[in-house]
Amino acid sequence: MNAPDLRLSRRLVLATGGALVVSFALFPNAFAQDAGAKPPGDLAKFPMLDSWIAIDAHGAITVFTGKAELGQGIKTALIQCAAEELDVDPSAITLVTADTERTPNEKYTAGSHSMQDSGTAILNAAAQVRAILIDLAAKRLNIPVEQLHAKGGSIVADDGRSVAYKDLISGRELHRTAQAKPSLKNPKDYRVVGKKFSRVDIPGKLTGKPSYVQDLRPERMLHARVVRPPSYGAKLTDIDIAAVERLPGVVKVVRDGSFLAVATQEEFQAISAMNALADAAKWDETAQLPKQADIYAYLRKLPSQDTTILERGNAGESGARSIRATYHRPYQMHGSIGPSCAVAKYEANKLTVWTHSQGVYPLRDSLAKMLKMPTKQIHCIHVEGSGCYGHNAADDVAADAALIARAVPGRPVRVQWMREQEHGWEPFGPAMLSDIYGAVDAGGKIVAWQYDVWSNTHSMRPGGPGNLLAGQYVAQPFTPDAPKPIPMPEGGGDRNAIPIYSAPNIRVISHFIPQMPLRVSALRGLGAYHNVFAVESFMDELATAAKADPVQFRLRHLDDPRARDVINKAAEEFGWGLKEKLARGHGHGFAFARYKNLAAYCAIALELTVEHETGVIQLGRVVAAVDSGQAVNPDGIRNQIEGAIVQSASWTMLEHVTFNARDITSRDWSSYPILRFPALPVSVDVHVIDRPGQPFLGTGEAGQGPMAAAIANGVAHATGVRIRALPLSPANVKAAIGI
Amino acid sequence: MVWRILIGVIVVIAVAFGTFYAWAWRGEIPPLQAHDASSFDPSIVARGAQLAAVASCDVCHTKAGGKPYAGGYPVKTPFGTIYGPNVTPDRETGIGTWSAVAFRRAMREGVTRKGQHLYPAFPYDHFTYATDSDINAIYAFIMTREPVRQANRPPDIVFPLNIRLFAAGWKLLFLHRGPYRNEADKDDSWARGAYLTVSLGHCGACHTPRNKFGVEEQNRAFDGGEGEGWRAPPLNENSRAPVPWTADAMFNYLRHGYDTVHGHTAGPMANVAHNLSKASEKDVRAIATYVTSLSGARAGAANPESIKTAVTAASKLTAPAYGGTPAHQTTGSAAGKDSLGAKIFTGACVTCHHSGGGLPVSRPIDLGLSTVINEDDPTNLLHIILTGIHPLPGRAGRIMPGFEGALTDAQVVALADYLRTRFSHRPHWNTVAGALAKIRHQRQTAATEAPQ
Amino acid sequence: MTVLTVNGKEHSINGDPNTPLLYVLRNDLKLNGAKFGCGLGQCGACTVLVDHQPVYSCLLPISVLEGRQITTLEGLGKNGEPSPLQRAFIEEQAAQCGYCIPGMIMRAQGLLNRKAAPSDAEIRAYMQPNLCRCGTHMRILRAIRRAVKDMRTARAEPVR
Repeated sequence: MNAPDLRLSRRLVLATGGALVVSFALFPNAFAQDAGAKPPGDLAKFPMLDSWIAIDAHGAITVFTGKAELGQGIKTALIQCAAEELDVDPSAITLVTADTERTPNEKYTAGSHSMQDSGTAILNAAAQVRAILIDLAAKRLNIPVEQLHAKGGSIVADDGRSVAYKDLISGRELHRTAQAKPSLKNPKDYRVVGKKFSRVDIPGKLTGKPSYVQDLRPERMLHARVVRPPSYGAKLTDIDIAAVERLPGVVKVVRDGSFLAVATQEEFQAISAMNALADAAKWDETAQLPKQADIYAYLRKLPSQDTTILERGNAGESGARSIRATYHRPYQMHGSIGPSCAVAKYEANKLTVWTHSQGVYPLRDSLAKMLKMPTKQIHCIHVEGSGCYGHNAADDVAADAALIARAVPGRPVRVQWMREQEHGWEPFGPAMLSDIYGAVDAGGKIVAWQYDVWSNTHSMRPGGPGNLLAGQYVAQPFTPDAPKPIPMPEGGGDRNAIPIYSAPNIRVISHFIPQMPLRVSALRGLGAYHNVFAVESFMDELATAAKADPVQFRLRHLDDPRARDVINKAAEEFGWGLKEKLARGHGHGFAFARYKNLAAYCAIALELTVEHETGVIQLGRVVAAVDSGQAVNPDGIRNQIEGAIVQSASWTMLEHVTFNARDITSRDWSSYPILRFPALPVSVDVHVIDRPGQPFLGTGEAGQGPMAAAIANGVAHATGVRIRALPLSPANVKAAIGI
Repeated sequence: MVWRILIGVIVVIAVAFGTFYAWAWRGEIPPLQAHDASSFDPSIVARGAQLAAVASCDVCHTKAGGKPYAGGYPVKTPFGTIYGPNVTPDRETGIGTWSAVAFRRAMREGVTRKGQHLYPAFPYDHFTYATDSDINAIYAFIMTREPVRQANRPPDIVFPLNIRLFAAGWKLLFLHRGPYRNEADKDDSWARGAYLTVSLGHCGACHTPRNKFGVEEQNRAFDGGEGEGWRAPPLNENSRAPVPWTADAMFNYLRHGYDTVHGHTAGPMANVAHNLSKASEKDVRAIATYVTSLSGARAGAANPESIKTAVTAASKLTAPAYGGTPAHQTTGSAAGKDSLGAKIFTGACVTCHHSGGGLPVSRPIDLGLSTVINEDDPTNLLHIILTGIHPLPGRAGRIMPGFEGALTDAQVVALADYLRTRFSHRPHWNTVAGALAKIRHQRQTAATEAPQ
Repeated sequence: MTVLTVNGKEHSINGDPNTPLLYVLRNDLKLNGAKFGCGLGQCGACTVLVDHQPVYSCLLPISVLEGRQITTLEGLGKNGEPSPLQRAFIEEQAAQCGYCIPGMIMRAQGLLNRKAAPSDAEIRAYMQPNLCRCGTHMRILRAIRRAVKDMRTARAEPVR
């Protein structure tokens, strides 16, 4: 049992209604853990139940998560989990998301981990809270627990008596350590989980309620803009700020080394002043970028750290037929529709930052180092931004806001990046390449598989202060952290590099390239986007060599019944193989992956046409099947997969970052076009295979890779030409298919 | 007597008509029984692809959202609308039954395989000058395209011009037959350019003014004309480009749709540049060499020094980066800092059209360098203000949003007047309101067309 | 001083008349619907209606808007109820991050103001200027189609 704990619990603090919210409850005392089994999800890291759930004297239920809403619908799904096991109406729950003074430190909202980590924790915590409430009611009513059940915020006895939750909680009853294996409801009895349930954030967003960090307008707020250097690493050598200081509305020009910004009364004044500052600034530019046309050869030649992540048998084995191929993926960007934004306020040695960062705790630690402030003096609160799809400029703009706010104490400062800054300075998804060798035997089975993938890191998140853009430009600059690979089983550049298919002889080598010619970090799916594109394209190449149907060929090499179910479902709903012969220029494409080989399963079948004269791909029907384990919000899963399909179609058919010898040249939507409405598929249908009672499997990134490969396979089917380098842009497709 | 005269007149008319009819009559050329796409020499097909790009065949033979070369594109003429026919090798609806002989006759004489006369919206008055080998190469390219079954749409031409024989009459009066008698095969860039410009490039079709019969006025060749409601600017010494064209600048413009001191292609010319990006680089250089030479003394005077001077002079006119209105302007005029045009410009345009070092990164050329602001007619400027500039779908390329809907007519007029006064030394336009009304009328016909 | 008519109400705006409408809507009138996306007229996040037609509010100075009817997302509904189009977007759950959606709704409203029952191809063509990065497009199309249907059944007046 728990040793007595005299520290203040959150519930008490909340109950007293004080503004002082203390997070002591997050830390179990040293004796709290039972030896042995750990509770599931992030409950293992934060086992105190009241770190996750609080019920106050009025019966108000607050649920805390260290994860953040990024537009993926996580708030809704987490509320569903809590409401289910607490047996209350979802509307009775207030959810508090990532906040360094209120919620568990669940690090980043990334890697399709939120349901696995936080959803699991909240589901299990809620189940135990219910058990505690039933225990308390049993004592109060003097009835055995077997005769009690939870219903609508009360514990109800078989004899009809009931006690409301608020009447059962008087103090610190929830300040208890989680059990390793709480008793969860039978999924058959679910009323909220797995059911149709509308997103809680959508009505406000669609009617103009303040929903984003961009919408914050605290009293006396100033607007600020940053002047970014003309190219990577440029030094600000000279600037006369006097003229800019005289411009209308200018409150403060902030210069710290090569960090340059301006704060003004009105927003448009900030933009004008930013342009004036840019005009006045003299820079020493030193950046030397590799030739874009040679980028893959350049990357391949850079020193790499090589790790054999899988080896079995002799991967060089020859078969009846063998193929060698090299696949390429260019730098691509997050390209949030709303450029990054943050609001910061510095007052009485305390800094508060409202941010759409994916990791408020790591950001806080980075800011502390950059500003040389104690961590406890910095409070980072997540407020939604425009969808980010990974590590975009969210943390960078928070650092900008912190530096500017410190220069105008007492006044909140809103910093909004401009479009060109977002396009030019965000960390891109890295360019990658891979070599594959594969062989099939006379019976059409894979006998050998060799895979080598080259990639930069896929995470330069804060981290150290040098990972914040501003941190690299202040007078005493910080160097970015040494890039590190993300280890298996999840992997970074080698995520999904290991094929899910059985092969007796196999070797997979990850070539990690520390040197980064362009600024890079995590983009949705990390290396899985490229690796699934390559592996699934190559599976079709091998299927052709084996004269097998691509779907049958995949099934031939798969044992996992859930993988097979997803593939069969997508094929069946699409009507795969039913149409014998397609017209010229028409093709069908299929691809499948289990994200990270341990998260959601996703298969995609599609039809497309390739216009021979222009190389333009037009997508027809797209059908997907997905298994995310227990589906908490099936429409949320569909929404995520639909989104992944359309977004990946854009990446795959159109997108690549461009650069010259010095600078990024894709600086807006005209130089970095993305998919627009007329180019959409005719239809997208997503079929969710629900697995009641099974663990949640991350879904958010599961569709990117399969969509890329399905398009590439469809193009190969339509044209007879295999294109192994992304994007499959009209120019590239036309060049490949010829006149 | 009266009888005799009458009979005489009738006889004369009958004979004249008979003679004309005999002249005009074109027999059917036997259909190809079958054609084998693989029978064409790939190198000739490739050459044909490049020449078809010079001729921009796809523009008039592809409707919006339609399959390439399958026809249906509306070509608007003063006499009605003609729809570019299906020229894919489909045997039913395309030209799959056309032999090379029939194809050459169509290109040279404007006659279908069956002998029907084509309206001169099809620029056979230019194609007639093309060499046999070039036409044959285009034929090889066309016949190796994907056959598309798409029925042709009959033209909406006013009576009596809808009688095809009128086209023959037009030809009798106006068509000069080729082939081109210049040194087309001579390895001389200028000569090659002259040949391509006059024949397949059919540049004069838009850039030479037409008389009331729709005939290019050869004594005013390249003096500026019209295409799809846009003004095709003069290519001769009457060019209003603030900076003289050089062959290199012209090559950039034609090949890449952009030159640093002349800016972007827009309107129908954007399609031409897109096509020329697929043509032979040598041919595009040749066209650039020839077209540049058309401006005579101006072209001769273009040297690095004079270009630099002109660029500097034009750039001086350009707007400041921020903080309101141009300093040198007097109040009261169309370009005065209190004028409506100045206000619109400062609020709506300066974001991109300024000369400072700030954002945006990909900036348009200085407006002082802009030809559309310096032209004699405001039509092109108005088109661009209303509908902006847009790349092909999914392709990178400069975007300028259109202000149709955002600005009232009075505001557009004020803006155009302001731009003219502010960024050009040429005289005031008196025709802005009229030109605007005409464009608005054209655009209203496409009510739910995507706003740009 | 500039007088703007926004969602049927007149507002006197002090400050630089060259200021683009977007900043005045967001900061002076505290209306969140129109969003900053690019400031270049390339993405449509800032779309509002002026005299019933969609425009980019990021590139339109308030000085040219006096006497014209400006409608923002907030002005679509009546009596605190969402408009048919907003309702359709909610019912179709047509949002992920939702940042682009107000602009989408405004452009779609511009289309419905012009044509009560557009075809799917017309909707796609008309929505072309507006960008979404989450890939919510298919739901946006469904929502517009649903609104067309709902408004036809309800014989609802198009909201202007």
